[in-house]
Amino acid sequence: MDTLVARYSRPAYHQNEVFTEQEQQDLADAVPGMPSLSLKFAMPPVAHPSAWLRAATDDRSNPSCPIKIAHGTTTLAFRFQGGIIVATDSRATAGNWIASQTVKKVIEINSDLLGTMAGGAADCQYWLAWLGMQCRLHELRHKRRISVAAASKILANLVYQYKGMGLSMGTMCAGVTKEEGPALYYIDSDGTRLAGNLFCVGSGQTFAYGVLDAEYRYDLTVEEALELGSRSILAATHRDAYSGGFINLYHVKESGWEKHGFTDTNPVFWKTKLEKGEFSNVTSDLAD
Amino acid sequence: MEVLLGITGKDFTLIAASKAAMRGATILKASDDKTRQLNKHTLMAFSGEAGDTVQFAEYIQANSQLYSMRNETDLSPSALAHFVRGELASSLRSRKPYNVNLLLGGVDPITHKPSLYWLDYLASLAPVPYAAHGYAQYYCLSILDKHHHPDITLEQGLKLLDLCTDELKRRLPIDFKGMVVKVVTKDGIEEKPFDDDKVVKSA
Repeated sequence: MDTLVARYSRPAYHQNEVFTEQEQQDLADAVPGMPSLSLKFAMPPVAHPSAWLRAATDDRSNPSCPIKIAHGTTTLAFRFQGGIIVATDSRATAGNWIASQTVKKVIEINSDLLGTMAGGAADCQYWLAWLGMQCRLHELRHKRRISVAAASKILANLVYQYKGMGLSMGTMCAGVTKEEGPALYYIDSDGTRLAGNLFCVGSGQTFAYGVLDAEYRYDLTVEEALELGSRSILAATHRDAYSGGFINLYHVKESGWEKHGFTDTNPVFWKTKLEKGEFSNVTSDLAD
Repeated sequence: MEVLLGITGKDFTLIAASKAAMRGATILKASDDKTRQLNKHTLMAFSGEAGDTVQFAEYIQANSQLYSMRNETDLSPSALAHFVRGELASSLRSRKPYNVNLLLGGVDPITHKPSLYWLDYLASLAPVPYAAHGYAQYYCLSILDKHHHPDITLEQGLKLLDLCTDELKRRLPIDFKGMVVKVVTKDGIEEKPFDDDKVVKSA
């Protein structure tokens, strides 16, 4: 029965081509040597690729699944009087294994648009790079920068087409444009797209929310906002085993985004503890 | 979604517990007190499996009071914490273990030192400056990491508790119907008024 159904029904991805075959051909002809823009992927040779992928990767329903996807993260972004602060940790984990401590989870889509990575590292990296390409194409086609609302919607619509097929991403798009002012959107692989003032995403989100919510105001100064963003990531790296490494800090303002360092959490933690007396549950005395 | 919080300061220990008694998708009671007084200056808050919680807490309470009557002296908070841990540990390997998580707060009657003990159903015992159980851990520990200092006054402690409960009201999906707040000092245990009806606006 399954094979019969499979023969007469086309998998969803066939209908989901962003470009028609003609458009793809035109683009390929225009630039010799350019790779095809097709979103058709080689599929595993099984009857239900999405179910097969889920069985192999979903560690929530099957803790001994053979492929562990990188999941743990803390990312945050919030709007305030001076623009938008975007901050992330830099740890990539696969199961209990720390795969990297130096991941760039802020993706620079263009000089005034940022995206953040949480969930499957490969999914985020690939589709945010793809979003960057779509934004550039929009610029070339319309002779003006894409709005944050439109950019985030391109991504939301894309992941919605793949809903239920195993994509795992929780991302935020932040940017400042003439029409919108500072704009912040949350997009996840369920297809949710929300505009808002403040979002934290990832396994460390609750810890970051704790610190951020307590002292967040819209009229924060730029210095206060940068400090609060970095302190919230520090809180999460301290309590969440799947977050850590470096604090990646960005400030998005009208003139575009500005990077404020990629700072090792360890010295920041000890400085915060010893100079401000915070983290009083951690001992600094070797005799204890 | 039960909330237990504990904070120590210069000369006090604060214990707070949510008022909602929940079974499945129903709130059976909105003024539940999830704390028991063990002796003049030791208080225990509990959460976990329905039935087990109150049974275990009152068993500990009764034994603590029996000790006080027999010996005409109270057990210190530290002694009680280790006694409770022992009871939980032997229960854990029994046919039907108690599924109870606890916070035990007190002030030592002789040294006047405040203390707080975090225990879970696996019989882990940890003396801590501040503590939480359940989902509250995820939201409140980062706040306490940042804002707690060992020498805070009771007023500062209550402010800190407000900071935590405000965050829980903002982010927890289920209404926990406010908190019972009790403070232990060298003079005994006192319930503190808590504004359950305060509305917290989200960012």
